[in-house]
Amino acid sequence: MIPARFRGLYRPAFLVVLALVLASIPLWAPRFWIYIATQALIFAIFAMSLDLLVGYAGLPSFGHAAFYGVGAYACALLALGHIDGLVPLLLAGMLGAGAVALPIGALSLRTSGIYFLMLTLAFAQMLWGLAVNWTSLTRGTDGLIGIPRPTLPWLDSLKVSLYERGPFFFLCLVIAIAVFVLLETVARSPFGRTLEGIRENDRRMRALGFPTFRYRLAAFVLAAMVAGIAGSLAAMSNGFATPDLLYWTVSGLALIAVVVGGSRSLVGPALGAFVVLFAQLGLSTYVDRWELLLGALFIAFVLFLPRGLAGLVRRA
Amino acid sequence: MTGLTVRFGAVAALDGIDLEVASGERRGLIGPNGAGKTTLLNVIAGELRPAHGSVRLGNSDATALSPWKRARLGLGRTFQRSTLFGQLTVADHVALAVRARVRGSWRFWPGGQRLVAEEVGQRLEAAALAHLARRRAANIGHGEQRMLELELALAAAPSVLLLDEPMAGLSGAERQGVLNRLRTLPGQVTVVIVEHDLDAVFAIAERIAVLDHGVKIADGTPAAVRADPRVQEAYLGAF
Repeated sequence: MIPARFRGLYRPAFLVVLALVLASIPLWAPRFWIYIATQALIFAIFAMSLDLLVGYAGLPSFGHAAFYGVGAYACALLALGHIDGLVPLLLAGMLGAGAVALPIGALSLRTSGIYFLMLTLAFAQMLWGLAVNWTSLTRGTDGLIGIPRPTLPWLDSLKVSLYERGPFFFLCLVIAIAVFVLLETVARSPFGRTLEGIRENDRRMRALGFPTFRYRLAAFVLAAMVAGIAGSLAAMSNGFATPDLLYWTVSGLALIAVVVGGSRSLVGPALGAFVVLFAQLGLSTYVDRWELLLGALFIAFVLFLPRGLAGLVRRA
Repeated sequence: MTGLTVRFGAVAALDGIDLEVASGERRGLIGPNGAGKTTLLNVIAGELRPAHGSVRLGNSDATALSPWKRARLGLGRTFQRSTLFGQLTVADHVALAVRARVRGSWRFWPGGQRLVAEEVGQRLEAAALAHLARRRAANIGHGEQRMLELELALAAAPSVLLLDEPMAGLSGAERQGVLNRLRTLPGQVTVVIVEHDLDAVFAIAERIAVLDHGVKIADGTPAAVRADPRVQEAYLGAF
């Protein structure tokens, strides 16, 4: 039995160990697994942004892939327009996703619960249709290909390129940690507490004088902007952006990551993203029906571990 | 705050009710079940729109204002059934209400909350809830939840306070606790209390309005209301 006064250290200690394990991956993992881990980190950023909505704000969005996809296209269009540099490309994804999220959120947030879920799904599918059909901008189902990765002058001087797997993995890891710290800060801030109050009881918050719609919209746009960062990284990582990024199954996988990992913990959904991505990319090389296995895993978690992987850590 | 007027036309639950409460007044609102007391509070708070009539808060016409805008004009309320934030701690509840007042909720980083934390501590002390500060509201007792329900409204420091059956389901000692807490309210706060516990109403209220079937049948001092034959008829001898 560990004394109670150390209990507050569980989470930070776990996070440090997790970060170190992740950082060591390029040193020992085979090339293919470095690639999977990179994709998982990107998906982890996406899942954490969804946790802000689902876990903290209590907004079950089923259309979060829209902002992932818009971020990827915004980054891709800029990169193909010969704009180089990490910051502008990430900003493009962030701002592009945020700009699209503002009207979608303003309309969807007039509803709640299952209606909100269906509306966000509908908007995301509309954007998917747009990505398929607006061929002059998106090249339709072929997608935008040959997206260059940015060059970083200080990396160049070390003769390191982001086209190598190790450095790109580290870039994604640094951004994922930064996003985690950002979302954790927001979640613990007065704004985050206000979101939780709205999740628990919107009516009472309004009676206290909170314009709850504005807070929910701010959370929606913030989550979309973070999803846009993930989308930008996905575009850089894959070198292409296709309508698949916006498809509803991507939103579904992110929701599975949040539930399997345990919502309202940020680190849980990030771990959940690793589970989902290893199932999708890892298992699929050995098993044809990886969706079946992932589905079974999902059911098992919902039934036996309703607080997800994060709940396991808390219980330990 | 000069007082507030509510007028209705063809609303079934409330039929042409005029109610004017002076600033700083303690007004009781009583009546049998289904008389429209909670409906009236909901109209004043802005959760229900009247078909006819108007609501004034102080010098401003609040009829078209949403609940949160009325709250910012100084209107606070409690609910008949505790309306809390189950997964948040007791301290978080009060902090939310304090920040609602000082507009401290558009901050995206923690820290710098010392003044809020100090006030939360004082208020929990005053409400005898300090020992529960870190407990989740869903896990505390019914009486404690009722006290928190009240403290949530008080922490926003309203100038007009609507209380919807604050004594519901409380023991004698707990009722006394609520009464004592209400007595610490500054004199300039206007209070409208709906309550079935008539002893409590008569202990607090300077004037009492009686509703029955959506109509106001009496309005006056406690003694006058007690003596009113129509009130006695509506209550079938409850006095």
